[in-house]
Amino acid sequence: MIAFSVNHKPVTLEVDASTPLLWVIREQLGLTGTKYGCGMAQCGACTVHIGGEAVRSCVTPVSRASGKEVTTIEGLSPGLSNRLQIAWLQEDVPQCGYCQSGQLMSAAVLLREKPTPTDEDIDEAMSGNICRCGTYLRIRRAIHRAAGMPANGGMR
Amino acid sequence: MIRRNLTHPLAEIRRRDFLKASVMAGGGLVIGFHFPGITALASVTQPSSSAFMPNAFVRIGTDERITVIVNHSEMGQGVYTSLPMLLAEELDADWSKVGFEPAPVDPKYNHPVFGMQMTGGSSSVWSGLEQFRQAGAAARAMLVSAAAQQWKIDPASCRTESGTVQNGSGGKLTYGQLAESAAKLPPPEHVQLKDPKTFKLIGKPIKRLDTPEKLNGAAVFGIDVKLPGMLTAVIARPPIFGAKMKSFDDARARSMPGVRKVVAIPSGVAVIAETFWQAKMARDVLRVEWEEGAMHDFDTSKMMQEFRERAKSPGTSVRKDGDADAAFAGAAKKIEAVYEVPYLSHLMMEPLNCVVDLRADSCEVWTGSQFQTIDRANAAKIAGLPNEKVQLHTTFLGGGFGRRANPQSDFVVEAVHVAKQAGAPIKVIWTREDDMQGGWYRPAFLHAVQGGVDAAGNPVSWRSRLVGQSIMAGTPFVAMMQGKAYDPASVEGVDDLPYAIPNITVESHQAEINVPVQWLRSVGHSHTAFAVECFVDELASAAGKDPYQFRRALLQKQPRHLGVLDLAAQKAGWDKPLPKGMGRGIAVHFAFGSYSAHVAEVSVEEGKVRVHRMVCAIDCGQYVNPGIIAAQTEGGAIFGASAALFQELTFANGRLQQTNFNTFPVIRINECPEIETYIVESQEKAGGIGEPGVPCAAPAIANAIYAVTGKRIRRLPIRMTEAA
Repeated sequence: MIAFSVNHKPVTLEVDASTPLLWVIREQLGLTGTKYGCGMAQCGACTVHIGGEAVRSCVTPVSRASGKEVTTIEGLSPGLSNRLQIAWLQEDVPQCGYCQSGQLMSAAVLLREKPTPTDEDIDEAMSGNICRCGTYLRIRRAIHRAAGMPANGGMR
Repeated sequence: MIRRNLTHPLAEIRRRDFLKASVMAGGGLVIGFHFPGITALASVTQPSSSAFMPNAFVRIGTDERITVIVNHSEMGQGVYTSLPMLLAEELDADWSKVGFEPAPVDPKYNHPVFGMQMTGGSSSVWSGLEQFRQAGAAARAMLVSAAAQQWKIDPASCRTESGTVQNGSGGKLTYGQLAESAAKLPPPEHVQLKDPKTFKLIGKPIKRLDTPEKLNGAAVFGIDVKLPGMLTAVIARPPIFGAKMKSFDDARARSMPGVRKVVAIPSGVAVIAETFWQAKMARDVLRVEWEEGAMHDFDTSKMMQEFRERAKSPGTSVRKDGDADAAFAGAAKKIEAVYEVPYLSHLMMEPLNCVVDLRADSCEVWTGSQFQTIDRANAAKIAGLPNEKVQLHTTFLGGGFGRRANPQSDFVVEAVHVAKQAGAPIKVIWTREDDMQGGWYRPAFLHAVQGGVDAAGNPVSWRSRLVGQSIMAGTPFVAMMQGKAYDPASVEGVDDLPYAIPNITVESHQAEINVPVQWLRSVGHSHTAFAVECFVDELASAAGKDPYQFRRALLQKQPRHLGVLDLAAQKAGWDKPLPKGMGRGIAVHFAFGSYSAHVAEVSVEEGKVRVHRMVCAIDCGQYVNPGIIAAQTEGGAIFGASAALFQELTFANGRLQQTNFNTFPVIRINECPEIETYIVESQEKAGGIGEPGVPCAAPAIANAIYAVTGKRIRRLPIRMTEAA
């Protein structure tokens, strides 16, 4: 029995403690916005937050979430109001879109740690997130754009 | 690739079969109704019974919603935006009310040129240009007629704007208000398309309609589909292509938690469990004995050695202008080079997957397909059902790049085989390793070129000999070889060598190797442009000329090549010196109806290549959405650069040696160059945009490496230790 909180909702699950958090989130909790890409912390598509820190949920046993707050892309904001989502919309970032949940979750931690990131900061924080479509330049622009907005939302 | 003539925009369009009015029958389930602003998980939606569906491509609701039914798959290339733009333009719709919906499988959604429902060949926009504009114009005409009847005036005195019909004396009716009465009218015999000068949407960088749901996890990809009672399967497949299963021991796998069944299927052994992780863990402890078969000692380095030998003898003639061998013999300078490229994996971010709900008399399939007609037919065959009993629902594709257009429908067929034994709805998920090792790669190629230059520095001969596998031979697409003794897809991009060289020979050797191969983004152009554009640089060096000016001189009769070449060179500042340690390379190529040129700026430090900047010029004729074109061009350049810098699949002892992103890398954000895209303004026929950005990347980078190091790159991926 493992208990934790996902997007501010408490959950208690009967699940093997070694199961990767990714599959618990996707299959048991039905939150499919978090994606499977590699299964070995290579691509970042599965990025979620545990206690505010970005983790690769594909290699993180669900036991590590025990008693913690987990945030997934579905919990990033109500109604696309996070400034990163707004900036992503304004820059029209996604192509296929499959990696974008992970990109946004990584970027959210970056902006909290470094409110006005340099290109080097972005390289460092985002190099773990692969985009096969090649949306990197728009991701970079969107992060800079979001950094210029008020942290609690910004203009719609 | 196949092109067709587009009707002049102002031409009167004859009535077509698809311009048929029908009142949308209520009660039909429509899965995946998407609408901008509505970001809840896509769910089963019932269109209102009074919706007006003037033809197969649009539905207009009494709630003002305009739903465009899109017959091409959205895999990142923007068709769920660009095709609705075409329809909405002619309809004079209010863009904020326009949404999209994937088409079901039906002949009325066939590709108008390829004759089946599919997405590929960078063809969605040019093939849909007329189709979607006509559909919008026909719907508009019926709405106008409905309004004119209500007002008892001549339809010609009505005008339309932003989802309304107006009568010039203050009267105004919305499309939603007119939907019910318009549905009772016959479709128009003729529709007139707009003068492009009056376009409000076409040609503008309209934001994509599918972005909101891709930012909060709501977008449903194949891997996200969940059905009640569904089980998940992970499959043990042969470790060597062509290997057959002898036996398997599933005692341990069966004892593991959640495992329901372990079953043999034609492609291997499927472990069916309650969850993916349970299925994967049990699959990993299966003990399967394989009969390794003829490919047990397959080795790509030996294969390339054989390719080199084969290139020494003449191949099947593809093109012969003049006598290249004689001209070469008499040339003042003789250049020879052999280019090699490896097998490549498509490596979509979303690994292959397929959901199947098989019942006694029906079968439903959910997957990210590029090949709906073929996938449904193949699923029906395995299910033992007629085609019409099989529904295929197209989800979002987490990348396609050609892999989800498989002539055998491998990932669909396999899932139906599992479903037949599962006794429940089933989702087959391929792990990343399964996906990479599962075949259907871009074939490896060797391309030997020799060229002669006369004393004045003019090229007098070119001879290309290519050795590699056909992607058509042995598939249902063999007809696309048009009876030729070579595969046109192997030589596309060199068979139409555009340079003014008097003697040109192109020859093909088809290699017979049991590695499954398939189209990958830009297909033959992904390797021919590398060899051709690098060798043109070698000829320029031999002639003592600047690579850009050398190309210009040889492309004087190719205005569109010249246009993009000049644009890229000018925007890159070709004549301006670069800082020490940096080099510039240029390449130009025609593919999928579009012209593309890249200039790359590169440095090489301690053997490490860094691409700093790429300037891309693209001429795709008439264009629809420049924002999407820029995104595709950038993405294509990165796709090509990833292959050039990092990617190679190799086999030893019959086994593929790469498994995941760590051994088959992709450019990451910290390695991504600055990329600028410039679009040529043009009224030429529309060309493709998903693939033309790829081919120039590798040769532009390789030529830039030469500029800075004096070393030639003749093998991909680039390794400075191998440079000559």
